Amino acid sequence: MVKEIEKTGMPVVHICTVVPISLTVGANRIVPAVAIPYPLGNPELDEKDEKALRRKIVEKSLEALQTEVDGQTVFED
Amino acid sequence: MSKKRVVHYINQFFAGIGGEEKADIKPEIREGFVGPGMAINKAIDADAEIVATVICGDSYFNENLEEAKKTIIEMVKKHKPDLFIAGPAFNAGRYGVACGSIAEAIKEELNIPVLSGMYIENPGADMYKKSIYIIETGNSAATMRKAVPAMAKLTLKMLKGEEVGAPDEDKYIPRGIRKNYFAKDRGSKRAVDMLMKKLKGEPFVTEYPMPSFDRVEPSAAIKDLTKAKIAIVTSGGIVPKGNPERIESSSASKYGEYDISGFTNLTEESHETAHGGYDPVHANIDPDRVIPVDVLRDLEKEGVIGELHNYFYSTVGNGTSVNSSKEFAAEIAKKLQNDGVDAVILTST
Repeated sequence: MVKEIEKTGMPVVHICTVVPISLTVGANRIVPAVAIPYPLGNPELDEKDEKALRRKIVEKSLEALQTEVDGQTVFED
Repeated sequence: MSKKRVVHYINQFFAGIGGEEKADIKPEIREGFVGPGMAINKAIDADAEIVATVICGDSYFNENLEEAKKTIIEMVKKHKPDLFIAGPAFNAGRYGVACGSIAEAIKEELNIPVLSGMYIENPGADMYKKSIYIIETGNSAATMRKAVPAMAKLTLKMLKGEEVGAPDEDKYIPRGIRKNYFAKDRGSKRAVDMLMKKLKGEPFVTEYPMPSFDRVEPSAAIKDLTKAKIAIVTSGGIVPKGNPERIESSSASKYGEYDISGFTNLTEESHETAHGGYDPVHANIDPDRVIPVDVLRDLEKEGVIGELHNYFYSTVGNGTSVNSSKEFAAEIAKKLQNDGVDAVILTST
Protein backbone atom coordinates (compact mmCIF):
# COMPACT_ATOMS: atom_id res chain seq x y z
CA MET A 1 0.00 0.00 0.00
CA VAL A 2 2.86 2.34 0.91
CA LYS A 3 4.43 1.89 -2.50
CA GLU A 4 1.23 2.32 -4.50
CA ILE A 5 0.59 5.64 -2.77
CA GLU A 6 4.19 6.80 -2.95
CA LYS A 7 4.22 6.11 -6.70
CA THR A 8 1.95 9.11 -7.20
CA GLY A 9 4.64 11.39 -5.78
CA MET A 10 3.17 11.90 -2.31
CA PRO A 11 5.59 11.12 0.50
CA VAL A 12 4.35 8.34 2.79
CA VAL A 13 5.62 7.59 6.28
CA HIS A 14 5.01 4.05 7.50
CA ILE A 15 4.45 3.72 11.24
CA CYS A 16 4.78 0.06 12.12
CA THR A 17 6.01 -2.22 14.87
CA VAL A 18 7.83 -4.89 12.90
CA VAL A 19 10.35 -2.74 11.04
CA PRO A 20 11.96 -5.66 9.13
CA ILE A 21 8.62 -6.33 7.42
CA SER A 22 8.33 -2.70 6.38
CA LEU A 23 11.89 -2.83 4.99
CA THR A 24 11.07 -5.97 3.02
CA VAL A 25 7.86 -4.52 1.67
CA GLY A 26 9.71 -1.42 0.50
CA ALA A 27 8.61 1.59 2.56
CA ASN A 28 11.02 4.51 2.21
CA ARG A 29 10.27 6.44 5.39
CA ILE A 30 9.75 4.20 8.42
CA VAL A 31 8.99 5.13 12.02
CA PRO A 32 9.03 2.28 14.58
CA ALA A 33 5.85 1.88 16.62
CA VAL A 34 5.17 0.62 20.15
CA ALA A 35 3.48 -2.77 19.80
CA ILE A 36 1.40 -4.70 17.30
CA PRO A 37 -2.02 -4.31 19.00
CA TYR A 38 -1.32 -0.63 19.88
CA PRO A 39 1.25 0.90 17.52
CA LEU A 40 0.58 4.42 18.79
CA GLY A 41 -0.27 3.89 22.41
CA ASN A 42 0.47 2.03 25.58
CA PRO A 43 -2.44 0.96 27.77
CA GLU A 44 -0.15 0.74 30.79
CA LEU A 45 0.38 4.50 30.84
CA ASP A 46 -2.18 6.97 32.12
CA GLU A 47 -4.13 8.90 29.53
CA LYS A 48 -1.92 11.98 29.57
CA ASP A 49 1.38 10.12 29.24
CA GLU A 50 -0.05 7.86 26.59
CA LYS A 51 -1.11 10.81 24.47
CA ALA A 52 2.33 12.38 24.94
CA LEU A 53 3.90 9.15 23.69
CA ARG A 54 1.58 9.15 20.68
CA ARG A 55 2.43 12.77 19.96
CA LYS A 56 6.14 11.95 20.01
CA ILE A 57 5.66 9.23 17.39
CA VAL A 58 3.51 11.49 15.21
CA GLU A 59 6.07 14.31 15.48
CA LYS A 60 8.78 11.86 14.47
CA SER A 61 6.65 10.90 11.46
CA LEU A 62 6.16 14.52 10.47
CA GLU A 63 9.91 15.00 10.74
CA ALA A 64 10.34 12.03 8.41
CA LEU A 65 7.92 13.55 5.91
CA GLN A 66 9.98 16.75 5.90
CA THR A 67 13.28 14.92 5.40
CA GLU A 68 14.65 14.16 1.93
CA VAL A 69 15.75 10.51 1.72
CA ASP A 70 17.51 8.71 -1.10
CA GLY A 71 16.64 5.20 0.03
CA GLN A 72 14.90 3.30 2.78
CA THR A 73 15.36 5.19 6.04
CA VAL A 74 14.29 4.22 9.55
CA PHE A 75 13.70 7.25 11.76
CA GLU A 76 14.60 6.15 15.28
CA ASP A 77 14.76 8.26 18.41
CA MET B 1 20.18 -47.11 14.22
CA SER B 2 18.55 -44.72 16.60
CA LYS B 3 16.17 -42.14 15.25
CA LYS B 4 17.36 -38.66 14.41
CA ARG B 5 16.19 -35.89 16.72
CA VAL B 6 14.01 -33.06 15.46
CA VAL B 7 12.86 -29.99 17.41
CA HIS B 8 9.75 -28.24 16.13
CA TYR B 9 8.67 -24.58 16.52
CA ILE B 10 5.00 -23.52 16.46
CA ASN B 11 2.97 -20.51 17.63
CA GLN B 12 0.31 -20.18 20.32
CA PHE B 13 -2.48 -20.79 17.83
CA PHE B 14 -1.21 -24.10 16.46
CA ALA B 15 -0.39 -25.21 20.01
CA GLY B 16 -4.06 -24.80 20.84
CA ILE B 17 -3.31 -22.26 23.56
CA GLY B 18 -5.34 -19.48 22.03
CA GLY B 19 -5.71 -16.88 19.30
CA GLU B 20 -4.65 -13.27 19.27
CA GLU B 21 -5.45 -12.77 22.95
CA LYS B 22 -2.62 -15.22 23.69
CA ALA B 23 -0.18 -13.89 21.08
CA ASP B 24 1.95 -12.34 23.81
CA ILE B 25 2.91 -15.59 25.56
CA LYS B 26 6.59 -16.17 26.21
CA PRO B 27 8.44 -19.17 24.75
CA GLU B 28 8.02 -22.55 26.39
CA ILE B 29 9.19 -26.02 25.41
CA ARG B 30 7.33 -29.31 25.70
CA GLU B 31 8.52 -32.88 25.22
CA GLY B 32 7.41 -34.60 22.04
CA PHE B 33 5.14 -33.21 19.33
CA VAL B 34 2.29 -30.74 19.69
CA GLY B 35 -0.48 -29.82 17.21
CA PRO B 36 0.70 -30.03 13.59
CA GLY B 37 3.83 -31.81 14.85
CA MET B 38 1.77 -34.97 15.06
CA ALA B 39 1.36 -35.21 11.29
CA ILE B 40 4.98 -34.24 10.65
CA ASN B 41 6.19 -36.78 13.19
CA LYS B 42 4.18 -39.50 11.51
CA ALA B 43 5.58 -38.59 8.10
CA ILE B 44 9.22 -38.78 9.27
CA ASP B 45 8.60 -41.67 11.63
CA ALA B 46 10.82 -44.19 9.85
CA ASP B 47 14.06 -42.31 10.49
CA ALA B 48 13.36 -39.44 12.84
CA GLU B 49 11.13 -38.12 15.58
CA ILE B 50 10.10 -34.80 17.06
CA VAL B 51 11.67 -34.87 20.52
CA ALA B 52 10.47 -31.46 21.65
CA THR B 53 8.28 -28.54 20.57
CA VAL B 54 8.88 -24.86 21.23
CA ILE B 55 5.77 -22.72 21.52
CA CYS B 56 5.89 -18.94 21.41
CA GLY B 57 3.31 -16.18 20.91
CA ASP B 58 3.63 -14.38 17.55
CA SER B 59 3.43 -10.89 19.02
CA TYR B 60 5.87 -11.72 21.79
CA PHE B 61 8.42 -13.05 19.33
CA ASN B 62 8.22 -10.07 16.97
CA GLU B 63 8.20 -7.45 19.69
CA ASN B 64 11.10 -9.05 21.60
CA LEU B 65 13.11 -10.43 18.73
CA GLU B 66 16.56 -10.70 20.31
CA GLU B 67 15.39 -11.89 23.69
CA ALA B 68 13.02 -14.46 22.21
CA LYS B 69 15.72 -15.84 19.92
CA LYS B 70 18.21 -16.13 22.77
CA THR B 71 15.76 -17.93 25.06
CA ILE B 72 14.59 -20.33 22.35
CA ILE B 73 18.12 -21.20 21.22
CA GLU B 74 18.95 -22.21 24.82
CA MET B 75 15.77 -24.30 25.05
CA VAL B 76 16.44 -26.05 21.75
CA LYS B 77 20.12 -26.70 22.51
CA LYS B 78 19.24 -28.86 25.51
CA HIS B 79 17.42 -31.33 23.29
CA LYS B 80 20.45 -31.87 21.04
CA PRO B 81 18.52 -31.81 17.76
CA ASP B 82 19.86 -33.02 14.43
CA LEU B 83 17.41 -30.77 12.59
CA PHE B 84 14.97 -27.92 13.33
CA ILE B 85 11.56 -27.36 11.74
CA ALA B 86 9.57 -24.13 12.12
CA GLY B 87 5.92 -23.92 11.14
CA PRO B 88 4.46 -24.19 8.52
CA ALA B 89 3.19 -20.63 8.87
CA PHE B 90 1.09 -20.48 5.65
CA ASN B 91 0.08 -16.81 5.16
CA ALA B 92 0.31 -15.74 8.81
CA GLY B 93 2.70 -12.80 8.62
CA ARG B 94 4.10 -12.55 12.14
CA TYR B 95 4.26 -16.34 12.45
CA GLY B 96 6.18 -16.49 9.19
CA VAL B 97 8.65 -13.87 10.31
CA ALA B 98 9.08 -15.71 13.62
CA CYS B 99 9.64 -19.06 11.85
CA GLY B 100 12.19 -17.59 9.45
CA SER B 101 14.00 -15.65 12.10
CA ILE B 102 14.30 -18.48 14.63
CA ALA B 103 15.20 -21.07 11.99
CA GLU B 104 17.97 -18.83 10.67
CA ALA B 105 19.29 -18.23 14.20
CA ILE B 106 19.26 -21.96 15.03
CA LYS B 107 21.08 -22.74 11.80
CA GLU B 108 23.81 -20.25 12.67
CA GLU B 109 24.09 -21.02 16.37
CA LEU B 110 23.70 -24.80 16.40
CA ASN B 111 24.96 -25.47 12.90
CA ILE B 112 22.21 -27.95 12.02
CA PRO B 113 19.90 -28.07 8.97
CA VAL B 114 16.64 -26.14 9.34
CA LEU B 115 13.50 -25.65 7.29
CA SER B 116 10.14 -23.95 7.38
CA GLY B 117 7.00 -23.75 5.27
CA MET B 118 5.17 -20.64 4.08
CA TYR B 119 2.86 -19.19 1.47
CA ILE B 120 4.78 -17.24 -1.17
CA GLU B 121 3.23 -13.89 -0.12
CA ASN B 122 4.11 -14.32 3.55
CA PRO B 123 6.55 -11.49 4.37
CA GLY B 124 8.68 -14.05 6.19
CA ALA B 125 9.21 -15.90 2.90
CA ASP B 126 10.76 -12.89 1.21
CA MET B 127 12.87 -12.09 4.26
CA TYR B 128 14.34 -15.55 4.85
CA LYS B 129 14.16 -17.48 1.56
CA LYS B 130 17.82 -16.73 0.92
CA SER B 131 19.10 -18.09 4.22
CA ILE B 132 16.87 -21.13 4.80
CA TYR B 133 14.80 -23.69 2.91
CA ILE B 134 11.14 -22.68 2.95
CA ILE B 135 8.70 -25.19 1.53
CA GLU B 136 6.07 -23.37 -0.52
CA THR B 137 2.64 -24.01 1.01
CA GLY B 138 -0.89 -22.84 0.31
CA ASN B 139 -2.20 -19.73 2.03
CA SER B 140 -4.15 -21.35 4.85
CA ALA B 141 -3.89 -24.18 7.33
CA ALA B 142 -6.44 -26.04 5.20
CA THR B 143 -3.49 -26.95 2.98
CA MET B 144 -1.62 -28.62 5.85
CA ARG B 145 -2.06 -32.05 4.29
CA LYS B 146 -0.15 -30.93 1.22
CA ALA B 147 2.50 -29.09 3.18
CA VAL B 148 3.43 -31.94 5.53
CA PRO B 149 4.65 -34.50 2.94
CA ALA B 150 6.84 -31.90 1.21
CA MET B 151 8.33 -30.76 4.51
CA ALA B 152 8.84 -34.34 5.65
CA LYS B 153 10.56 -35.29 2.41
CA LEU B 154 13.06 -32.46 2.66
CA THR B 155 13.57 -33.16 6.36
CA LEU B 156 14.54 -36.77 5.70
CA LYS B 157 16.74 -35.79 2.78
CA MET B 158 18.69 -33.33 4.88
CA LEU B 159 18.95 -35.71 7.83
CA LYS B 160 20.48 -38.34 5.57
CA GLY B 161 22.93 -35.78 4.28
CA GLU B 162 21.60 -36.10 0.74
CA GLU B 163 21.96 -33.18 -1.61
CA VAL B 164 18.92 -30.93 -1.77
CA GLY B 165 17.55 -30.68 -5.30
CA ALA B 166 16.40 -27.70 -7.34
CA PRO B 167 13.50 -25.63 -5.95
CA ASP B 168 10.82 -27.21 -8.15
CA GLU B 169 12.08 -30.70 -7.33
CA ASP B 170 12.05 -30.26 -3.55
CA LYS B 171 9.15 -27.79 -3.51
CA TYR B 172 10.90 -24.94 -1.75
CA ILE B 173 10.90 -21.23 -2.53
CA PRO B 174 13.86 -20.40 -4.82
CA ARG B 175 16.78 -19.05 -2.81
CA GLY B 176 18.54 -17.29 -5.65
CA ILE B 177 21.46 -19.72 -5.57
CA ARG B 178 23.02 -20.85 -8.84
CA LYS B 179 24.83 -24.16 -9.13
CA ASN B 180 27.14 -25.24 -11.91
CA TYR B 181 26.23 -28.42 -13.74
CA PHE B 182 27.00 -30.11 -17.04
CA ALA B 183 24.14 -29.62 -19.47
CA LYS B 184 23.48 -32.12 -22.23
CA ASP B 185 23.45 -29.51 -24.97
CA ARG B 186 25.71 -26.52 -25.39
CA GLY B 187 24.43 -23.00 -24.73
CA SER B 188 23.90 -21.96 -28.35
CA LYS B 189 21.70 -24.97 -29.02
CA ARG B 190 19.68 -24.43 -25.84
CA ALA B 191 19.15 -20.77 -26.74
CA VAL B 192 17.97 -21.61 -30.27
CA ASP B 193 15.68 -24.34 -28.90
CA MET B 194 14.19 -21.84 -26.50
CA LEU B 195 13.71 -19.29 -29.27
CA MET B 196 11.99 -21.90 -31.47
CA LYS B 197 9.62 -22.76 -28.65
CA LYS B 198 8.87 -19.11 -28.09
CA LEU B 199 8.16 -18.57 -31.80
CA LYS B 200 5.82 -21.54 -31.83
CA GLY B 201 4.08 -20.27 -28.72
CA GLU B 202 5.11 -23.35 -26.74
CA PRO B 203 5.97 -23.18 -23.05
CA PHE B 204 9.64 -22.84 -22.16
CA VAL B 205 11.65 -22.21 -19.03
CA THR B 206 14.24 -19.47 -18.92
CA GLU B 207 17.66 -20.36 -17.54
CA TYR B 208 18.13 -16.92 -16.10
CA PRO B 209 15.02 -15.38 -14.58
CA MET B 210 15.30 -11.62 -14.14
CA PRO B 211 15.19 -10.55 -10.50
CA SER B 212 12.21 -8.38 -9.70
CA PHE B 213 13.13 -5.08 -8.07
CA ASP B 214 9.87 -4.00 -6.63
CA ARG B 215 10.96 -0.69 -5.24
CA VAL B 216 9.56 2.81 -5.49
CA GLU B 217 11.70 5.95 -5.50
CA PRO B 218 11.16 8.02 -2.36
CA SER B 219 8.94 11.02 -2.99
CA ALA B 220 10.23 14.51 -2.25
CA ALA B 221 9.81 15.75 1.32
CA ILE B 222 7.16 18.26 2.34
CA LYS B 223 8.52 21.80 2.12
CA ASP B 224 6.11 23.64 4.38
CA LEU B 225 4.38 21.51 6.98
CA THR B 226 2.20 24.40 8.14
CA LYS B 227 0.48 24.37 4.74
CA ALA B 228 0.44 20.60 4.23
CA LYS B 229 -2.70 18.50 4.07
CA ILE B 230 -2.01 15.18 5.79
CA ALA B 231 -4.13 12.06 5.34
CA ILE B 232 -4.30 8.89 7.41
CA VAL B 233 -4.33 5.43 5.83
CA THR B 234 -4.20 2.23 7.87
CA SER B 235 -4.04 -1.53 7.49
CA GLY B 236 -5.04 -1.79 11.15
CA GLY B 237 -8.74 -2.12 10.37
CA ILE B 238 -10.11 0.94 12.21
CA VAL B 239 -13.75 1.48 11.15
CA PRO B 240 -16.78 3.32 12.52
CA LYS B 241 -18.53 1.35 15.25
CA GLY B 242 -20.46 -1.55 13.76
CA ASN B 243 -18.18 -1.82 10.70
CA PRO B 244 -20.76 -0.44 8.20
CA GLU B 245 -18.80 -1.61 5.14
CA ARG B 246 -18.40 -5.07 6.69
CA ILE B 247 -14.67 -5.23 6.00
CA GLU B 248 -13.61 -8.83 6.59
CA SER B 249 -11.46 -9.61 9.65
CA SER B 250 -8.99 -11.41 7.40
CA SER B 251 -8.33 -11.62 3.65
CA ALA B 252 -10.11 -8.31 3.20
CA SER B 253 -11.84 -7.80 -0.17
CA LYS B 254 -12.36 -4.06 0.31
CA TYR B 255 -11.32 -0.90 2.10
CA GLY B 256 -13.38 1.83 3.71
CA GLU B 257 -13.39 5.61 3.28
CA TYR B 258 -14.56 7.32 6.46
CA ASP B 259 -15.40 10.91 7.25
CA ILE B 260 -13.74 12.26 10.39
CA SER B 261 -14.58 15.92 9.86
CA GLY B 262 -16.53 16.08 13.11
CA PHE B 263 -13.97 14.18 15.18
CA THR B 264 -11.19 15.51 17.39
CA ASN B 265 -10.74 12.16 19.05
CA LEU B 266 -11.79 8.56 18.33
CA THR B 267 -13.46 6.68 21.15
CA GLU B 268 -14.86 3.31 22.07
CA GLU B 269 -18.33 4.67 21.27
CA SER B 270 -17.47 5.98 17.80
CA HIS B 271 -14.95 3.53 16.30
CA GLU B 272 -13.50 0.03 16.59
CA THR B 273 -11.20 -2.34 14.72
CA ALA B 274 -12.34 -4.97 12.24
CA HIS B 275 -8.90 -6.61 12.21
CA GLY B 276 -8.84 -10.29 13.16
CA GLY B 277 -5.07 -10.62 13.23
CA TYR B 278 -4.27 -8.98 16.56
CA ASP B 279 -5.87 -8.73 19.98
CA PRO B 280 -8.48 -5.96 19.44
CA VAL B 281 -9.04 -5.04 23.10
CA HIS B 282 -6.72 -2.01 23.26
CA ALA B 283 -7.58 -0.70 19.80
CA ASN B 284 -11.29 -0.92 20.59
CA ILE B 285 -10.93 0.99 23.88
CA ASP B 286 -9.05 3.81 22.14
CA PRO B 287 -8.79 3.63 18.32
CA ASP B 288 -6.36 6.59 18.43
CA ARG B 289 -3.82 3.94 19.42
CA VAL B 290 -3.93 2.76 15.80
CA ILE B 291 -4.73 6.01 13.94
CA PRO B 292 -3.65 9.13 15.83
CA VAL B 293 -6.62 11.36 15.02
CA ASP B 294 -6.51 13.10 18.42
CA VAL B 295 -2.87 14.16 18.13
CA LEU B 296 -3.19 15.24 14.49
CA ARG B 297 -6.23 17.36 15.35
CA ASP B 298 -4.19 19.03 18.12
CA LEU B 299 -1.33 19.69 15.71
CA GLU B 300 -3.81 21.10 13.20
CA LYS B 301 -5.24 23.45 15.84
CA GLU B 302 -1.76 24.53 16.90
CA GLY B 303 -0.88 25.31 13.29
CA VAL B 304 1.94 22.75 13.15
CA ILE B 305 0.32 21.04 10.15
CA GLY B 306 -1.87 22.74 7.56
CA GLU B 307 -4.80 20.38 7.94
CA LEU B 308 -5.80 16.81 8.62
CA HIS B 309 -7.65 15.38 5.62
CA ASN B 310 -11.28 14.81 6.51
CA TYR B 311 -11.34 11.24 5.28
CA PHE B 312 -9.27 8.34 6.42
CA TYR B 313 -8.87 5.08 4.53
CA SER B 314 -8.79 1.73 6.23
CA THR B 315 -8.49 -1.94 5.42
CA VAL B 316 -7.54 -5.10 7.27
CA GLY B 317 -4.00 -6.21 6.53
CA ASN B 318 -4.47 -9.77 7.74
CA GLY B 319 -3.81 -12.42 5.13
CA THR B 320 -4.97 -9.91 2.55
CA SER B 321 -3.32 -10.64 -0.78
CA VAL B 322 -0.68 -8.36 -2.21
CA ASN B 323 -2.83 -7.89 -5.31
CA SER B 324 -5.85 -6.69 -3.34
CA SER B 325 -3.70 -4.34 -1.28
CA LYS B 326 -2.24 -2.87 -4.45
CA GLU B 327 -5.68 -2.35 -5.94
CA PHE B 328 -7.03 -0.69 -2.79
CA ALA B 329 -4.01 1.57 -2.47
CA ALA B 330 -4.05 2.59 -6.13
CA GLU B 331 -7.68 3.72 -5.76
CA ILE B 332 -6.97 5.41 -2.45
CA ALA B 333 -3.95 7.21 -3.93
CA LYS B 334 -6.05 8.59 -6.77
CA LYS B 335 -8.65 9.91 -4.33
CA LEU B 336 -5.98 11.48 -2.14
CA GLN B 337 -4.44 13.17 -5.15
CA ASN B 338 -7.78 14.55 -6.29
CA ASP B 339 -8.36 15.90 -2.80
CA GLY B 340 -5.04 17.73 -2.80
CA VAL B 341 -3.42 15.68 -0.05
CA ASP B 342 0.32 16.43 0.34
CA ALA B 343 1.50 13.53 2.48
CA VAL B 344 0.29 10.31 4.05
CA ILE B 345 0.76 8.71 7.44
CA LEU B 346 0.19 4.97 7.03
CA THR B 347 -0.07 2.89 10.18
CA SER B 348 0.17 -0.89 10.45
CA THR B 349 -0.47 -3.24 13.31
